[in-house]
Amino acid sequence: MAWFLVCLGILALLVVASIAIGTRTVPVSSILSALGGSDETLDEAVIQVRIPRTVLAIIAGAALAVSGAVFQGVTRNPLADPGILGINMGASLAVVIGLAYFGMSNPNSQIWVAISGAALSAIFVYAVGSLGRGGPTPLKLALAGAATSAALISFVTAVILPRGDIAENVQSWQIGGVGGATFERIWQMLPFIGVGLAICFLSAKSLNSLALGDDVAAGLGEKVAVARGMASLGAVMLAGAATAICGPIGFVGLVVPHLCRLLVGPDHRWLLPFTALTGASLLLAADVVGRIIARPAEIEVGIVTAFIGAPFFIYIVRRQKVRAL
Amino acid sequence: MSTTALRTPDATTLATVTLGRRRRNRRRLVVLSVLSVLIVVMVAVSLMVGRTFYPPMDVLRVIMGQEVQGASFTVGRLRLPRTVMAVLAGACFGLGGVTFQTMLRNPLASPDIIGISTGASTAAAFAIITLGLSGTGVSAFAIGAGLGVAMLVYLLAYKDGVSGIRLILIGIGIAAMMQSATSYVLSTAGQWDLQEALRWLTGSLNGMRWPSVVLVAVIMILFVPLLSVVAKDLNMLQLGDDTASALGVRVDRTRLLVVIAAVGLIAFATSATGPIAFLAFLAGPIAVRLVGPGSSMLLPAALVGALLVLIADFCGQYALGTRFPVGVVTGVLGAPYLIYLIIRTNRTGGAL
Repeated sequence: MAWFLVCLGILALLVVASIAIGTRTVPVSSILSALGGSDETLDEAVIQVRIPRTVLAIIAGAALAVSGAVFQGVTRNPLADPGILGINMGASLAVVIGLAYFGMSNPNSQIWVAISGAALSAIFVYAVGSLGRGGPTPLKLALAGAATSAALISFVTAVILPRGDIAENVQSWQIGGVGGATFERIWQMLPFIGVGLAICFLSAKSLNSLALGDDVAAGLGEKVAVARGMASLGAVMLAGAATAICGPIGFVGLVVPHLCRLLVGPDHRWLLPFTALTGASLLLAADVVGRIIARPAEIEVGIVTAFIGAPFFIYIVRRQKVRAL
Repeated sequence: MSTTALRTPDATTLATVTLGRRRRNRRRLVVLSVLSVLIVVMVAVSLMVGRTFYPPMDVLRVIMGQEVQGASFTVGRLRLPRTVMAVLAGACFGLGGVTFQTMLRNPLASPDIIGISTGASTAAAFAIITLGLSGTGVSAFAIGAGLGVAMLVYLLAYKDGVSGIRLILIGIGIAAMMQSATSYVLSTAGQWDLQEALRWLTGSLNGMRWPSVVLVAVIMILFVPLLSVVAKDLNMLQLGDDTASALGVRVDRTRLLVVIAAVGLIAFATSATGPIAFLAFLAGPIAVRLVGPGSSMLLPAALVGALLVLIADFCGQYALGTRFPVGVVTGVLGAPYLIYLIIRTNRTGGAL
């Protein structure tokens, strides 16, 4: 409980930082008047841009982190993450195809397409990774995910290259960032995130049973396949919707659940809300850092999370025993 | 009784073994010659066919150095360097890839998956876009970064010895990091550079000029003999470090030499053409499938790599509606094969 308050406090601090800090230095008086709704001066207008950006970072961070935690629970795999499992890339490819061939510009359909793409690649990676001896081991899933990602990236390139007109658009989206946030787009993605989060939180109890292994879970009266399917659906919705708006952002779903498990233990009923909070903080922090370190330019948040997350991934890999891999 | 049987294997066993070896050798020879013939055919086709068709005699005369109206420019200045580069780069990627796959005993351990090509292209993108370098400077950056990443991955994977699996996973992590570094460098690029950089990043033979071809050729002359000298030791490394050192291989030295040679080939080819997607990964397993296991895979993989680039470049140029760079074709073809390979490896648990 104490940790929960601490995290809430950190998140609040980061929100303040995210609104106050940026490429352009804005005096406090302008910040306050902008929060009051005014956007007359340039300074106030800058703040009006930063507000939706902050909101989007919070929502996307929470969604990605919870999605990662649920994937780790469902697959019982410490390396699971929507980025590593190739799920973000599936969403990307679907969106890029929609943009290039079907002239899809309506954000709402973009979210649907992204979620379908995410679901397809999740099913595919899981199917490929669970073939053979030992079922879906962490190694096999991670390899299947990395291979599928690589495959999907080359398809994305094949779609974009002949289309100079959309290349710039797609390229900036492809890096993964929250810079272009508007409240309009946030509203469009909110229902999906809401439903996804609800499904995930409701699955928390079944995830606890699943953590004991399929046999024990079945013995405890859990319908293993149904529970796994529902939880995955929620996680895919979260990852897909977040990707549709922000582009593929990796490693948030990997790092945050591990940190939270250290703090609050493995009970998913506590872990998931906590993960959401920490994920929001992490993405927000990454966004603020990205704005500070490359002044006057900005570094997209997807790049910052990769630089935080990849060493963490390596750390987890190194910590595992060879046999367990 | 049994001891004598061990010392002198009886005649039938001996005959079977000899017969098997002879059959494998014959198969290897046949495959190698078919591959070589195909490469020659593809080179000829690439030189003759295009927007305008030039008959074989014209092409030959251009190669001999004579002036031919029209053909001198199109064939001599445009198609010839491109085709030669396709062969050289294909061979480089094939050699580098199969070397890593053999050394780490896993087809997934190819340089494009464990981050070495990614590192080289990050450095090259940085050199081109941020520093505005070209030519040798870019190559120097690419090879430095390629070696650096190779060392880094190896060191990070080292923990009571190197486990191939851990190395691959760590390589994937490093590759992800490099990928986003590349994205950052690209995002600072101007509008006009972006399409060009994207094209380069998938691997392209567009606008190939003689200087870069010569550079890659020189590098091959330096490193390929080195690789073939250590090739025998490399095959023994495949038996595992302990067995190899028991057989008299100086494991660490061999591995170091092999890594330097392979990374050198990959990095220079990358700096010239960009990382042609999945090529280093594809050539080895295809070569093994064709030749069968047991002998050195270096030459077959080099030939397969060269042939793949020639075919993919030709397809990318003329077979599809728009002109695709060669990397897109190999990427789209290679991706399903990669997944197939993973499925097969998962099923059988086998190596290359």
